[in-house]
Amino acid sequence: MKGKRIAFSFWLLALFCLVFGLLFGMAGSLQYVFTGMLKEQFSFAKMRPLHVFLITQWISCAAIGGMYYFIPSVRNKGLFSPLLAKLHLFINIFIVMVAVSDFLNGKFTGREYMEFPLWIVALMISGWILAGINLLATVKPSYNTAPVYIWSWSTGILFFIITLTEASLWQFDHFNANIIRDITVQWKAMGSMVGAWNQLIYGSAMFLMCRISGSDKIARSKEAFFFYFLGMANLMFNWGHHTYVVPASPAIKMTAYIISMTELLILFNMIWKWLKTLNQEDKELHQSWRLLKMTDNWILLNLFLAIAISVPALNMYTHGTHITVAHAMGATIGINTTILLACALYIYFQERRSALPHMSKTFRRSLTVFNVSLLVFWISLVGMGIVKAAAVQQHTVFAEIMHKLQPWFRVFSASGFVLTAAIVVMVAPLIRQFTGSIIRHKPESASQRKPLTKVITIAEKEKQEPFSVTSDRS
Amino acid sequence: MKKKTTIFFLLFISYASYSAWVYTKGTEQNIPAKFTSQAMTGKQLWQQHNCISCHQLYGLGGYLGPDLTNITSDPRRGKAYAEAFIRAGGPTMPVFHFNDKQTEAIIAYLEYVDASVKNNPK
Repeated sequence: MKGKRIAFSFWLLALFCLVFGLLFGMAGSLQYVFTGMLKEQFSFAKMRPLHVFLITQWISCAAIGGMYYFIPSVRNKGLFSPLLAKLHLFINIFIVMVAVSDFLNGKFTGREYMEFPLWIVALMISGWILAGINLLATVKPSYNTAPVYIWSWSTGILFFIITLTEASLWQFDHFNANIIRDITVQWKAMGSMVGAWNQLIYGSAMFLMCRISGSDKIARSKEAFFFYFLGMANLMFNWGHHTYVVPASPAIKMTAYIISMTELLILFNMIWKWLKTLNQEDKELHQSWRLLKMTDNWILLNLFLAIAISVPALNMYTHGTHITVAHAMGATIGINTTILLACALYIYFQERRSALPHMSKTFRRSLTVFNVSLLVFWISLVGMGIVKAAAVQQHTVFAEIMHKLQPWFRVFSASGFVLTAAIVVMVAPLIRQFTGSIIRHKPESASQRKPLTKVITIAEKEKQEPFSVTSDRS
Repeated sequence: MKKKTTIFFLLFISYASYSAWVYTKGTEQNIPAKFTSQAMTGKQLWQQHNCISCHQLYGLGGYLGPDLTNITSDPRRGKAYAEAFIRAGGPTMPVFHFNDKQTEAIIAYLEYVDASVKNNPK
């Protein structure tokens, strides 16, 4: 089908970003353990943006790769314009190369998470516009009848365009010359951008659930739309928990507090309902299922942290501590990465089903190591946060706090190494598969294939149960 | 009939209105210090050297270094203490080789930030 190679290329770029992002993360963690080691050459000021940028690229490129792979099968026809998708791919490759080279050479804009110049942001926005054109022209959705994943993908793209623009407003003096406004708007954009990538990822997760269970009923339910709109409200209004201590209007804090603490419940509820619809045979077959099931546990764990961060009375203690990092890492690794890896595995098995038994064994072992090391990693961050919060209350000086945290830093760094190794083992066959698919793009013969699940394509389903994403029946 | 698109647009209009308020009235608090051209230079240096990667302002940023929101008015640290680190680095902080003018500009920026908030967030 047209566009598959581009989807594989996005996945490959995403997986490379993941592997290198993890390596830079490990290098950064060493700065905590071996204080001052190579601080001039590999300063934390370089390692952190490299880690953060590559990991955010992993998430967005994988979300795009998933979308480009999935959307043609929504209408059971090729991507509207592989050329536009290819252009989008080249833009992303170029952005990654320029950003990495700039960061290694110490060129920053100092905007934490958005460390690149305006022209790079403009390129990013143009890439999202191209993705939006391809989505709308391929699926031709009638939004009143479209399943929820179409809404999620569209919302994700729209808000990437909006938040990237918003994150550049500091170039104007109206924002730049007022520190309160500058920081508030910066975190407003960043907070909503996380919501935008969540929309893309949740859209793909929903699509995947429909495919594995063989029905898209879940994606059309009132409940799915209720949670979609709740997620959208969170994207728009709950960013304020980042800026509780910034002396802007108290109404920002109040708005964020009222609207928050629901976002993680959204996905947990949907996956929970979906799990109940699966039969045992499906469960045994799908490594993707294992990953999505695992996501549930991480959602629950992160929910506690989300509460700790969002309730102002608790935020007073947790803000500025590693508890915030635990929440960010728990969400990006435990939730986003597991969902994206589930999508990658689904695609892997779609392309090379003969690999299933061998992959299952290796994969299960790596998954166990992944889970255990991530739990230790997460606990070490929460531990650091608690120790730091207590020390700050006692007005302990910073150097002493860092000294007290040393044992936690060692556990954090060691578990990070193991976690990286587990992820690398898990993604190595995916990198091989996607590379092979890009070079050859030769699907398996029919004899090599074995049925993965009772997938009913939406096109087939339309015959059984009339629905069309093309005709407006409203 | 078109309930979903109506909800979407209502939410979107609320978001646009809220954003406009955040860009203006919601962040209009008086800061008892002027954002001078020296503070502006300090902010540019702060950004160019990616100080936020290790330090925090209002508890936002990296955790390898301390929060600097109130460093200039902190009785235990103060301007001279900040200046010493800016000039000579520290155990984890690289030496940036700032000249006198640049050092003063960064201090001016940190004084402006300090004036914007009374209570130390961390």
